[in-house]
Amino acid sequence: MEQNIVLEMRDISKNFTGVRALSHVDFTLRKGEIHALMGENGAGKSTLIKVLTGVHEFESGSIHMNGENKEIINHSPQEAQANGISTVYQEVNLCPNLTVAENLFIGREPRNKLGMINWKEMNARSAKLLESLNINVPPTQMLDECSVAIQQMIAIARAVDMKCKVLILDEPTSSLDDEEVEKLFVLMRRLREEGVGIVFVTHFLEQVYAVCDRITVLRNGELVGEYETKDLPRVMLVAKMMGKDFDDLADIKGDHKDKKAFSDTPVIEASGLGHKGTIKPFDLKINKGEVIGLTGLLGSGRSELVRSIYGADKADSGTLKVNGKEAKIGSPLDAMKLGMAYLPEDRKAEGIIADLSVRENIIIALQAKKGMFHPLSRKEMEEAADKYIEMLQIKTASRETPIKSLSGGNQQKVILGRWLLTNPEYLILDEPTRGIDIGTKTEIQKIVLDLADQGMAVTFISSEVEEMLRTCSRMAVLRDGEKVGELEESELSQANIMKAIAGGDEK
Amino acid sequence: MKQKKKMTSTGFLLLITIVLFFVMYAAGMVIFADKGFAKPQMFLNLFVSNAGLLVISCGLTIVMITGGIDISVGSVTALVCMVMADLMENKGVSAYVAVLAALLIGLAFGIVQGFLVTYMGIQPFIVTLAGMFFGRGMTAIISTDMISIKNEVFLKWANYRFYMPFGSTNKKGKFIPAYIPPTVVIAIIVVLIIAVLLKYFKFGRKLYAIGGNRQSALMMGLDVKKTMFRAYVLDGFLAGLGGFLFCLNSCAGFVEQAKGLEMDAISSAVIGGTLLSGGVGTPIGSMFGVLIKGTISSLITAQGTLSSWWVRIVLSALLCFFIVIQSVLASAKKKK
Amino acid sequence: MSNSKLKKITSARLFLPIVCLIAVLLINVIKTPDFFNITIRNGVLYGYVIDVINRASELVILAVGMTLVTAASGGQDISVGAVMAVAAAVCCQILSGGASSVTAYQNSLVLAVIAALLASALCGAFNGLLVAKLNIQPMVATLILYTAGRGIAQLVTNGQITYIRVESFQMAGGYIGKSPVPTPVLFAIVTVVIVAIILKKTALGLYIESVGINGKAARLVGLNSTMIKFLTYVICGVLAGIAGLVASSRIYSADANNIGLNLEMDAILAVALGGNFLGGGKFSLIGSVIGAYTIQALTTTLYAMNVKADQLPVYKAIVVIIIVTLQSDVFKKFVESHRSKKVSVAAEGGQK
Repeated sequence: MEQNIVLEMRDISKNFTGVRALSHVDFTLRKGEIHALMGENGAGKSTLIKVLTGVHEFESGSIHMNGENKEIINHSPQEAQANGISTVYQEVNLCPNLTVAENLFIGREPRNKLGMINWKEMNARSAKLLESLNINVPPTQMLDECSVAIQQMIAIARAVDMKCKVLILDEPTSSLDDEEVEKLFVLMRRLREEGVGIVFVTHFLEQVYAVCDRITVLRNGELVGEYETKDLPRVMLVAKMMGKDFDDLADIKGDHKDKKAFSDTPVIEASGLGHKGTIKPFDLKINKGEVIGLTGLLGSGRSELVRSIYGADKADSGTLKVNGKEAKIGSPLDAMKLGMAYLPEDRKAEGIIADLSVRENIIIALQAKKGMFHPLSRKEMEEAADKYIEMLQIKTASRETPIKSLSGGNQQKVILGRWLLTNPEYLILDEPTRGIDIGTKTEIQKIVLDLADQGMAVTFISSEVEEMLRTCSRMAVLRDGEKVGELEESELSQANIMKAIAGGDEK
Repeated sequence: MKQKKKMTSTGFLLLITIVLFFVMYAAGMVIFADKGFAKPQMFLNLFVSNAGLLVISCGLTIVMITGGIDISVGSVTALVCMVMADLMENKGVSAYVAVLAALLIGLAFGIVQGFLVTYMGIQPFIVTLAGMFFGRGMTAIISTDMISIKNEVFLKWANYRFYMPFGSTNKKGKFIPAYIPPTVVIAIIVVLIIAVLLKYFKFGRKLYAIGGNRQSALMMGLDVKKTMFRAYVLDGFLAGLGGFLFCLNSCAGFVEQAKGLEMDAISSAVIGGTLLSGGVGTPIGSMFGVLIKGTISSLITAQGTLSSWWVRIVLSALLCFFIVIQSVLASAKKKK
Repeated sequence: MSNSKLKKITSARLFLPIVCLIAVLLINVIKTPDFFNITIRNGVLYGYVIDVINRASELVILAVGMTLVTAASGGQDISVGAVMAVAAAVCCQILSGGASSVTAYQNSLVLAVIAALLASALCGAFNGLLVAKLNIQPMVATLILYTAGRGIAQLVTNGQITYIRVESFQMAGGYIGKSPVPTPVLFAIVTVVIVAIILKKTALGLYIESVGINGKAARLVGLNSTMIKFLTYVICGVLAGIAGLVASSRIYSADANNIGLNLEMDAILAVALGGNFLGGGKFSLIGSVIGAYTIQALTTTLYAMNVKADQLPVYKAIVVIIIVTLQSDVFKKFVESHRSKKVSVAAEGGQK
């Protein structure tokens, strides 16, 4: 066994109610290295981290630390912390109403003989700690007056002071600007020199190549491999993350391709549209009968782009034309009235209305569009529900079953049905096939193509390149919250997409 | 390291409160000079008539810091007064045992409510609303008639005076020293103890951490449930103690006693800078909240023609004002 | 098989309220055998049951409003009792023209009723503004009017109890002409029917449930959750106003201290007893109505057992705590783990 190994996870498997989330995954972390953990949605990154930090139990496998034979099983984040494993999340887990010093020391404050907290010493020790890590903030400042970057660093400082040997940074840079990211990197490199093993989870490729020594790639709960950063070009990394070996499905696009004659009537024309902090101003034109794909890694601004069109996050710059007329969209209802429909990314939090029946979930959008005083009759509702249950082949006990008792794929079909019922001209699908079995996936893809044939404009977002290639006739590429380019139909190929997503080096 | 002491928004609220108090009191001194507003005793009376409320709002501040609330305190006070009166007058129990009973009642309320809120996960509002009705109803079960306390030991406590070296002179030029009864001494000691507890002890800081972000507190390894439970127990105990002090003022037990006291305590805490969403608040701030409430009622009494209902209405308006400011500040912060 | 059937019955929405109602009625029948006897005396219906139904009227009206507020905002409006007092005060003060006791209207009845309902709608709008627009916890927001409301009512009536000794004014709380049915019962029925029709003939019910279950999703399908929450509070205010007028008519006066006293607790209890989750979401109007009648039956029973009015809250508080404990996630999980343990034990036993 190598001398300088600080953490070794072997053959880890984990199931979630029958679904395999991790399958025989190995992960090795050495002293004084920054190790990127990469993978797309559902790859198993966060599950692996949660297994390590004791949030989840695991079925099989072993975890060792410091090359010792003793097996370690953490049952809670606190226990993991005691074992020297600390985690800093994107959503900083600190208390905004306390001072910097308190956040560093809460639960372990220096106290005098009477058991009283010695604020003076606490502030002095905090100042020393912050100075040693080059974090420039007074210990007595309230945390909520610090920038997010400083908060991240304070969380790291807390971990460092608690003598952590393994530091997990779970997407710490998502809400930081370039300068702040650079500061964070300085801190990370410093800790690396001090021998801390850092696990770095991020979606930003630039950053991986800027600080990481090694990369471990996961896909669909399985280990793809561990690589030295210098040996793995960007395009290769993207290919490994997305997986190429996925083309067993029928080329459903084949049947459609021939008859396709694109109209040149734009349904949506965005120019300079943007939302501060989430998506930089972009231009986008979507024609009738066209399926345009948005591609880019998670967190690249795919969802944010469509949300700003739909009014889910009200755009704060630029203009939007719908069917050639300028549109003011202040809320989703405005967008709906202009013929838009939006299937959100997070089905559970933003899609389904859990306790309502399938019928109610299907008709709710149409009902909202029609207004409170024009209720659908019971018969209309039932007919609509039955129509889409049949058309989309939704598997449900009855139309009165609560949607929460359906499987994920069928829930998604209900929501798709909800939007089709509003008879939209422009349909936005944000990750419609995530967490859905392959059969249903293909069905949904087919439906999308059929809809486009009938003249609907569609925006399709997916993490799977294969799926995008099968359905989209054009693609917009996003990177780091910015639309960086478009690929015409003739340019659509796996290699081109990966190159575009990866950006940077053109190896 | 140079650092400018910046004003936090919560500190700002507390400052408004303190300034408001002095302005109101000064206004009273100018407008109602003939009603003795300038006399030291008048000022001390703010404490004398609100000693129980001071202690109770300290307890409420504690649970509100964790993000909870307790609206049972008024009923607990009524029940405590009634039990003490009943024990001493009808059951022939000594005053000392009656005090013990008062504290135990408060503790029992704290334990049961704390358990239901913390370990059963029921909304604190519903739990303490039930507690409020339970306390008031129990008071009526003991007696629907008013019981006056005539126990000698108890009355000796109630009528004891600590005289101050300062005071005022009456019309005949005779010096009358200002005084405070033991209730004020106890109340001030309690405020100080709680202030120190919240600032200098782990328990106190954990309360703030939980109120600030419960999830974070959990992730940082704090025993969230245990701490919250203890907060409710302490709050219950202080309600019992506050009830006892209240009883020393009224020397009687009756069903309608201390009605709406929970509202006074909550508004005092909020006016004193405690955030309803939790995480912010100090006993000293709440004390100023109580003093403002006291000043309002003194002013309205001094005015003479306004009905006593105005106290509640003005207090509610003030509470509403502070709640709206809190909400506006919070949403402004989010946008930032 | 019988087990699954039993489960189906016990999990039905109206199971809890109906069982509670039956339990209370049974106790009554045992204690007073003539409980269900209805006779006609002096041309009006008379009997225990009629008494319960009559006295429950205000509570039923309140429970309807409380149900909507609970469903949409996941919190309760504890100011309804005080709003009743405000409405009564406004109405009586206008009718009396400021005098403390009158035998003839000083102003038109229609004007007084409209003003009273406007005042209560305003109270509801105030609550709604705090809850829906400023995102303040419903109970804290309504606490303001809970305390100030009665004070405002006192101010309206100048601190006196205003008596309206006019026969037509007493009709709302008594009998209209030769009708054998007490008028409050009619008020309750009409209110429930109107609200039920509104829910049926508009999409309001669906909107309220959607907002209460998943506010984010509701927004994305085009619902204005702020507006919907606000609307429920206004409706709740108006209904409290109607209840206040009925209560005021019963005692042909506006007694700011006692009208609707402690009724907020009963209304919350009725909603909970009706099988509605106090955290919001799906609701059953009819469940709350049954809940309200159950509470009144319970109250009447306790009165019959010589429990004084002041002491009633003790029993109601205990019932509330029991119900919310049964509804709590912790309790449900506990029962589930207990059940699964039993099943696994049974399975092991089967294997052996």
